Amino acid sequence: MGYQMPRAAANRLFKRLLEHYDIIAPKVFTGEGCFSDTDIVRYGKVSSLSEIEFEKKSDYSFKEALLPVNETLFYFTEDQTSVPSIQEKKRLVFLRSCELHALRRLDTIYLDNGREDFYYKRLREKTLFVLIGCPESCDTGFCVSMGTNRTDSYDLYLNVSPETVWADCRSPELDRFFSPLSEDAKETAAICQVSPKFPDKNKETVTLPASFPEDILSHPIWERYGNRCTGCGRCNFVCPTCTCFTMQDIHYRDNENVGERRRVWASCQVDGYTDIAGGGGFRKSQSDRLRFKVLHKICDFEKRFDHQMCVGCGRCEAVCPEYISYIHIINTLAKEDA
Amino acid sequence: MSLDINTKKAKKNAYRISKVRGIGASRIRVPGGYLKAEILGMVQKIAETYGNGIVHLTTRQGFEIEGIRLEDMDAINQMLQPIIELLDINQTEKGGGYPASGTRNVSACIGNNVCPFANYNTAEFAKRIEKAVFPNDLHFKIALTGCPNDCAKVRLHDFGIIGMTLPQYDPSRCVACKACIKGCKNFSVDALRMENYKIIRDTQKCIGCGVCVTKCPTRAFTRSKKKYYRLSIMGRTGKRNPRLGKDFLVWADEDSIVKIILNTYRFVKEYIDPGAPGGKEHIGYIIDRTGFAEYKKWALEGVELLPETMVSECIYWDGIHYD
Repeated sequence: MGYQMPRAAANRLFKRLLEHYDIIAPKVFTGEGCFSDTDIVRYGKVSSLSEIEFEKKSDYSFKEALLPVNETLFYFTEDQTSVPSIQEKKRLVFLRSCELHALRRLDTIYLDNGREDFYYKRLREKTLFVLIGCPESCDTGFCVSMGTNRTDSYDLYLNVSPETVWADCRSPELDRFFSPLSEDAKETAAICQVSPKFPDKNKETVTLPASFPEDILSHPIWERYGNRCTGCGRCNFVCPTCTCFTMQDIHYRDNENVGERRRVWASCQVDGYTDIAGGGGFRKSQSDRLRFKVLHKICDFEKRFDHQMCVGCGRCEAVCPEYISYIHIINTLAKEDA
Repeated sequence: MSLDINTKKAKKNAYRISKVRGIGASRIRVPGGYLKAEILGMVQKIAETYGNGIVHLTTRQGFEIEGIRLEDMDAINQMLQPIIELLDINQTEKGGGYPASGTRNVSACIGNNVCPFANYNTAEFAKRIEKAVFPNDLHFKIALTGCPNDCAKVRLHDFGIIGMTLPQYDPSRCVACKACIKGCKNFSVDALRMENYKIIRDTQKCIGCGVCVTKCPTRAFTRSKKKYYRLSIMGRTGKRNPRLGKDFLVWADEDSIVKIILNTYRFVKEYIDPGAPGGKEHIGYIIDRTGFAEYKKWALEGVELLPETMVSECIYWDGIHYD
């Protein structure tokens, strides 16, 4: 159901939502960018509508709302383990169309890939998703090429202007906050037709290679870009579909028999990712790592799960400090394949 | 042709008396070396109208217009007026050119307007200092640099200001990739180590360069909201005893630095050698005479340092002695 309401009423509604939900959304962290006097947009808890960054695409994706950078799986003592509880309160996570498509990739990995992941599932079940529209394409995204520019799998869509807020609510659970028929919102909202704003074209167009012949593994492009890559892992950390983690067993300093096991984000570009017992490793060079990542995003994942992994959000393109263009790599492969 | 030039007055008015009789040079101060490109056109016009068409980029980031006739100084001062106004230089008489030259142009590296390593806007701070200290006839050299790389070579100045940041670490965002540890080891002072997969920063060793922040791929390391500075004092070049400046304050704030510089002018007025040629004596030599303790008393008068600011108890300078 679609609604229109004055901004002031929407602000009050937001406060009511906060009583029931933690609201996690992209926001500006002033001065916390990589360089001095630069800001960063990333996810965090918000307490008002105005705190949410609706314009600029977040530098880091929504995934940390479901996959914390560090997550304690269990605490251990000498003969017992205990799983940390999560808070009762449900959560609303604000994201864009490409990221709702990325959510499907996360579900694929953590829910539909053999045994369900307990930790992902318990957070996922407590989360509703609020769509942020994209009236204009961002600079580096290529969602249209990847078919992720549109979605209807949101619980709520919000379009916010300084005076007016439009909402399209698909979740019965949330609808009671909006419906003029309900006690909560009767004086504020008018029913109307609301359709999310989606971009129909991007500044960047990406063509995927039609096929991936065996000799693509020895293509000179990997060496060329691999020599430029410093292996910082930023492309993985900002990616909404990278789901790899590593394990850390922490033994507390005062009593080494007590501690915790954590899972922590990992990057296939960073040293140590493929290390195995005995000192071996599968992909030692940055070229091999870069090849692995690109082909995993546009080929290997799809072979296994029948949909593309990359959603074309363009964050890896925007963040690379060495200006390695993922878009250019894919388009080059596609051109040569054609 | 007879020439009657008050060279003291001309020098004070920021003109150089050159080795060619009757010919001088006009010196233009550019605080922080930061200027609108349109000023370049104005400099060109003066050089082509009154000079020999050549401009020297000075070691202190100003311009020196060569080959001007000393009798043209008044006309040149008129042409300097829009430059002085665009650069917002303090002036005592409109159209009179620069009112002093003793306190040299405040120079700076490019800072965080452009450089990824810089910890602050060097040009802005340079302008703030220029507004506070100019015009002044006393011989002060002040320079600013964005980070401890010290590209501006501020340790050769009476006051060298080096940008710092106090790294803020959020362990919940840290993935133990060790980019900060490697960065600190390779580019800085090796002040970071890992324990239980989290970073421990040696606070005694850390110089606040910010390399860990620029290397961190997850924003686990970020910059402090407050900007901090290291204040190096009494570095100098010159004939008798050239030497590098030494740290007076570490983790200091802007306000304190400006006050200390102004206090130093009072100190110099009190203790400068009354017979110093041209009223010019390097501050460092004055401090060598009075002792650091006396200088420190004057410098810190009325200064409210941050609680985290470290102050040197005593400073001994070394350098090369030819005297």
